[in-house]
Amino acid sequence: MPRRSDIQTILVIGSGPIVIGQACEFDYSGAQACKVLRDDGFRVVLVNSNPATIMTDPEFADRTYVEPVTPEFVEKVIAAERPDALLPTLGGQTGLNCAVALAESGVLERYGVELIGAKLDVIKKGEDRRLFAEAMVRIGLEVPRGGYAHAVGDAEQFAGEFGFPLVIRPSFTMGGAGGGIVYNVDELRDQVAHGLSLSPITEVLIEESVIGWKEYEMEVMRDVHDNAVIVCSIENIDAMGVHTGDSITVAPAQTLSDREYQTMRDASLAILREIGVETGGSNVQFAVNPADGRMVVIEMNPRVSRSSALASKATGFPIAKIAAKLAVGYTLDEISNDITRETPACFEPSIDYTVVKVPRWAFEKFKGTDTTLTTRMKSVGEAMAIGRTFTEALGKAFRSLENGRYGLGADGRDTFDELKFDRGLTVPNENRMFYVADALWRGRSVEEVAALTHIDPWFLDRIKAIVEVEGMVRQVSLEGMTSELMRTAKQHGLSDVQLGYLTRTNELSVRARRLELGVKATFKSVDTCAGEFLATTPYYYKTYEEEDEVAPATRPRVMILGAGPNRIGQGIEFDYCCVHASYALHDAGFETVMVNCNPETVSTDYDTSDRLYFEPLTFEDVMDIVEVEKPEGVLVTFGGQTPLKLAKALEAAGVPILGTKPEAIDLAEDRERFAEVLDRLGIAYPPAGTARSSAEAVEVAARIGYPLLVRPSYVLGGRGMVIAYNEEYLLKHVADAVVVSPDHPVLLDRFLEGAIEVDVDAVCDGREVYIGGVMEHIEEAGIHSGDSACCIPHFTLGDSTVEEIRGYTRRIALEIGTHGLINIQFAVKDSSVYVLEVNPRASRTVPFVSKATGVPLAKVAARVMAGEMLADLALPDEGRELGRFCVKEAVMPFGRFPGADSVLGPEMKSTGEVMGSATDFPAAYAKSQLAIDYSLPRDGAAFVSVCDRDKRAIVGVARHLNQLGFRVLSTRGTARALRAAGIPVTEVLKVHEGRPNIVDAITNGEVHIVINTPFGRETRSDGYHIRAAAIHHGVTNITTMEAAQAAVGAIEAILEDRLGVSPLQDVPQWVPPAPRGRPAAAEAIS
Amino acid sequence: MTDRRPALLALEDGTAFAGWSCGAPGTADGEAVFNTSMTGYQEILTDPSYAGQIVTMTMPQIGNYGANRADMESRGVFARGFVVREMSRISSSWRAEEGLPEFLTRHGVVAIEGVDTRRLTRHIRERGAMRAVISTEDLDPVSLAAKAAGSPGLVGRDLVREVAVASPYEWGSEDPTGYLPVDTGVLPLEPRHRVVAFDSGVKSNILRQLAWAGCAVTVVPPTTSASDVMAMRPDGVFLANGPGDPSAVDYLYSTLRELLGEVPVFGICLGHQMLSLALGATTYKLKYGHRGGNQPVINLLTGRVEITSQNHGFCVDFASVGSLNSECSGGLEHDPADIGAWVAARTAPVVDSAAFGRVQLTHVNLNDMTVEGLRALDRRAFSVQYHPEAAPGPHDARYLFEAYSALMDGRDDYLSDFGKGRA
Repeated sequence: MPRRSDIQTILVIGSGPIVIGQACEFDYSGAQACKVLRDDGFRVVLVNSNPATIMTDPEFADRTYVEPVTPEFVEKVIAAERPDALLPTLGGQTGLNCAVALAESGVLERYGVELIGAKLDVIKKGEDRRLFAEAMVRIGLEVPRGGYAHAVGDAEQFAGEFGFPLVIRPSFTMGGAGGGIVYNVDELRDQVAHGLSLSPITEVLIEESVIGWKEYEMEVMRDVHDNAVIVCSIENIDAMGVHTGDSITVAPAQTLSDREYQTMRDASLAILREIGVETGGSNVQFAVNPADGRMVVIEMNPRVSRSSALASKATGFPIAKIAAKLAVGYTLDEISNDITRETPACFEPSIDYTVVKVPRWAFEKFKGTDTTLTTRMKSVGEAMAIGRTFTEALGKAFRSLENGRYGLGADGRDTFDELKFDRGLTVPNENRMFYVADALWRGRSVEEVAALTHIDPWFLDRIKAIVEVEGMVRQVSLEGMTSELMRTAKQHGLSDVQLGYLTRTNELSVRARRLELGVKATFKSVDTCAGEFLATTPYYYKTYEEEDEVAPATRPRVMILGAGPNRIGQGIEFDYCCVHASYALHDAGFETVMVNCNPETVSTDYDTSDRLYFEPLTFEDVMDIVEVEKPEGVLVTFGGQTPLKLAKALEAAGVPILGTKPEAIDLAEDRERFAEVLDRLGIAYPPAGTARSSAEAVEVAARIGYPLLVRPSYVLGGRGMVIAYNEEYLLKHVADAVVVSPDHPVLLDRFLEGAIEVDVDAVCDGREVYIGGVMEHIEEAGIHSGDSACCIPHFTLGDSTVEEIRGYTRRIALEIGTHGLINIQFAVKDSSVYVLEVNPRASRTVPFVSKATGVPLAKVAARVMAGEMLADLALPDEGRELGRFCVKEAVMPFGRFPGADSVLGPEMKSTGEVMGSATDFPAAYAKSQLAIDYSLPRDGAAFVSVCDRDKRAIVGVARHLNQLGFRVLSTRGTARALRAAGIPVTEVLKVHEGRPNIVDAITNGEVHIVINTPFGRETRSDGYHIRAAAIHHGVTNITTMEAAQAAVGAIEAILEDRLGVSPLQDVPQWVPPAPRGRPAAAEAIS
Repeated sequence: MTDRRPALLALEDGTAFAGWSCGAPGTADGEAVFNTSMTGYQEILTDPSYAGQIVTMTMPQIGNYGANRADMESRGVFARGFVVREMSRISSSWRAEEGLPEFLTRHGVVAIEGVDTRRLTRHIRERGAMRAVISTEDLDPVSLAAKAAGSPGLVGRDLVREVAVASPYEWGSEDPTGYLPVDTGVLPLEPRHRVVAFDSGVKSNILRQLAWAGCAVTVVPPTTSASDVMAMRPDGVFLANGPGDPSAVDYLYSTLRELLGEVPVFGICLGHQMLSLALGATTYKLKYGHRGGNQPVINLLTGRVEITSQNHGFCVDFASVGSLNSECSGGLEHDPADIGAWVAARTAPVVDSAAFGRVQLTHVNLNDMTVEGLRALDRRAFSVQYHPEAAPGPHDARYLFEAYSALMDGRDDYLSDFGKGRA
């Protein structure tokens, strides 16, 4: 059946900001879908509030609305654009929920919009566990026994019936939010109450536990002609009980016989048909009892999911792209397989390698939270690795994580809790696999470890094989290693660093010895067909085999090092920059070579770059690729900290680094040398010093005075950064910071309390500087820039201050030898401008600046780095009026980490961002809040309690709230200040003052917005309890004065109904001029 | 790793692959082929169609779930040799009864692991299937390659007699070789049809599926005469899969010519080649065959695609049956050899055979547009090149057993009316 001709305009809904459980995989899927639909002649309208996505690049859709993904705003877009159809299956749970709401409220019917990809009844059957269970029974499949609870009492009844443990799953939440496993009545009551509060329909499923069963996923596609295929099977190494997003997973499934596999395949297809998924991709999860093979269906998602992104990258089968084509009427046999070009997409990929995915957690950012892995997802990202064998892929995946490790143990960094060693095995946790490897190394049997972990013995035997090889390596010296042992070690996934540790040498010696022994890396293709057909798409992975498949070069090559797994501080923004660099350099005539290991990203799509290497971003793996590709330049400044920290080693190994040289990066990072630069330029900076010991830190502190900003050098996302108000606190944290980064000293800066922070992103070509955007922060300095909201253009700063900032930016960029992007953070205090930090590389704000101004800075930078001059790029005047305000707001994951404090500080904690834009600042800010689901109340009670410093400023805010009709509640101190200003206020008790107190009021739903500013470090205090209660009960929670002022303005904007929608295409967009001849590669490098 | 025994695989063109033994010691020759199935190694090893072949699995991790009696597709292992990237040293499955290395050793199969199987696969893909030898004894690449070059190969070779039973038996009873399958499927209490199946190397799951479809099956040697078959008064005759060059099995398709029109016929794999040869077609050897569980086949009568299990090195030339009957081919005039054009038109072309009337192309492989199924419109006979019984592989094409039953019931729409509620 060919393309539908009865629809012209398709509305695609994105997934909004990156949050835990919904990461950049939906940028990947949405970007693919938009691209394929536009190529096919459809008019594409997109809604997504996340500016850091490729899909929101204006060229991916005809009309791009960076607006909140909420029914209210999407309805406005529908009213403006009148689409014929809505494709809801590519925007994750957020997109799907929004589409369901629009369908149920009658909006779609009113505007004549058809849901394509998944109909409303299908979504409901797939998502509503009761309907789903009934459907499964109809087709003779088993589901875990269970029932629904709408109150805690119901749940207790079930517990009486089924016994413990029980699994709690709230209906319609994402990433298992609010779910968990409970072992007793107390846990049951807590978990059910929490789950009910999170479920939009106040319902939780109570299920018999299948903990310890084997867990599988099938990625399935079906077309309108009822052709259906399994794209990929995935086996979870972590048994049932750990959310699949938190599980280490393997593709293809390893421990199913054909009979069992085909039973699962038949069941998957039957489920698709019964649920009625007419077109597109779905994900079905099964649990299998390892004792007797009993199979139960856990759930299905009638949409593209995180697993589909993984399956696409694991097989080369582009699920999202094909799902989009199926949604508009094509059938699988009409679509060709991009990789082979000759064969159709209607087939099931066969893979001749093994894929391992390992989640990346960030518990170190959320001290105090429970780190046990449960049915609720807690990881913030993931790395995928491809190897011929499981052992090889496992080792590669573990060294891809960017957590300071070089594989699965054997790197000299193992630490185990000896007293609770077995607990490390029995309780799922982020380090469990290290305990497993070590238990096997200590001689414990596969059977014993299997009994403790429920991990299938096959995987354990393979891990045992790895530690056996480690044992063999330990017994010989590096010189004594034979080529056979070296090859075996590499085939078991051991990194050169691990081998260096095991042979008491180092990475470089191992590399030299390895090459001397003739043990060279080979590269093989991901081709969807296990070599049966010729593949034309250069998508490679490294292994140690006999044959290499890398195609010869056709043009000069540039290699782009990606950003690795998402973690806090290093997210989609850097992937966005890498993708832009790739596009720009391809257009400039280079063959682009992408290296990355994050399966969620656009950069690891096989058609983003000319060549893709799915590899860890370590020196060893990058060098192996450099040796086959021989690039003319390597780009290390787009992928954030991951590639940057390789820059020096690569340069030392003779690899040409494109753009800003590592020396210049070093100059900017080196506080002492950089201070000399600023002194020379006559630019002010907060008094600062460097300390290499605690004693030195105290000395420096005495010289520059408190409060101090304390940070380790060379970190991203403010890891280990604190503000110290006194010596005791300083000493404690210097110790912490040194642990974070042992090779680098600790930096101490005078903290400019109450200053306004400003971020600038610019591009320098060595002669000129183009300033992309000047962002005024809403929160004051001291909050990590990644966590603070900011606005383009500035909204309180004077024009002369901004001019001063621009001038400083130009001088600094030129002075340090920037060739490409540069980000500078300034603080403005009492009209004086100070430089806080300079990073001559891509920053987290580049995508936001690009979306806000219409000039994609990363592309501009890539062109410049490849040899073009800014003067030739026809850039718009940087001082032009944009005619609107764009606010970037950070999205915090605190709801996922109960127990962790939510106060913002110099250490970044946010996972993602949204953009709101409007012709005035309050309206733009309002949109940014609505886009995150920080629902701004329209009426009710506002609780206000601020530190002494803010007592004066709060008066205006409280008065404004009062004028807007809010009742103001306050604790004693703040209440006194308000009363003095004549504002009616109701006094409430602090937590320690007795009951009922403010926490009781929040819990009882009597408070609708909380404004609570902390001073200094005051964990576990009143403020902590108030913020925790607010987060737990979903009450908007504001911790800075500036945000409070903006929020009140935003509430006013909402009450006055001033929030319209407008597409990016209405803002003038920079059109890159054609390159003036292909820049000579030699010139680009010199 | 320390007690590994070295082994060597050499191809007739001199290419050699070093590895370690993971099966029986010794030396074995055969045609090197590759299979892209990710599960089902035991079913593949015990499929008699692999007689004379050395099978390479493209899936790198093999043996993970061990071996058992229920997954036997025949009385023993017929593949001559087995090549894998990494053999599991443990079996992890509640179904496992022994490890795969022990299973291979017990069946005397020479096997090698540690091979760059992707290199071997690409080599076969580019140069075509070729003769090969695996040895744990002769580890000299030159000498072993010479042995490969001197081995018999498959073309013109009748391996059917080597794998078939010598005397008839009823499915569900012990076969004359002493093999009693532990899993016969569900035998019909009151069979709707009596079927005589020529054993040219039949897989057990075909017989199970026939039983599921309500057939009582008598398995007979491939040399059984048409009159002996008709004397059994069957409702249908079934032609099984089997090894080797179909053109060498002339006695079987000659017998078949006598049966066409007398009794409904269904053929699978070699059986499809037998029917085609009987109808006057010629067969040819594919460069490297189709072996795997992911081959897309379109049923031109319904337009639907089945993901199929395949194992064949030879293929039928549809156009060789006769000239186009445009009237029965939707009025189209495409060259019957241009199968892609017929697929694009979603039309099943019909040609006229010299002796058996109209022959229709029903199934086509979408990867390479080769013939996967046809039927004799005037003789109640149909056949498919692929394996609807799967084992291993997907179950999409199981409707063909129902179709066969419908054909025996006298229905003309037997190929177009089934498979809608499949799986």
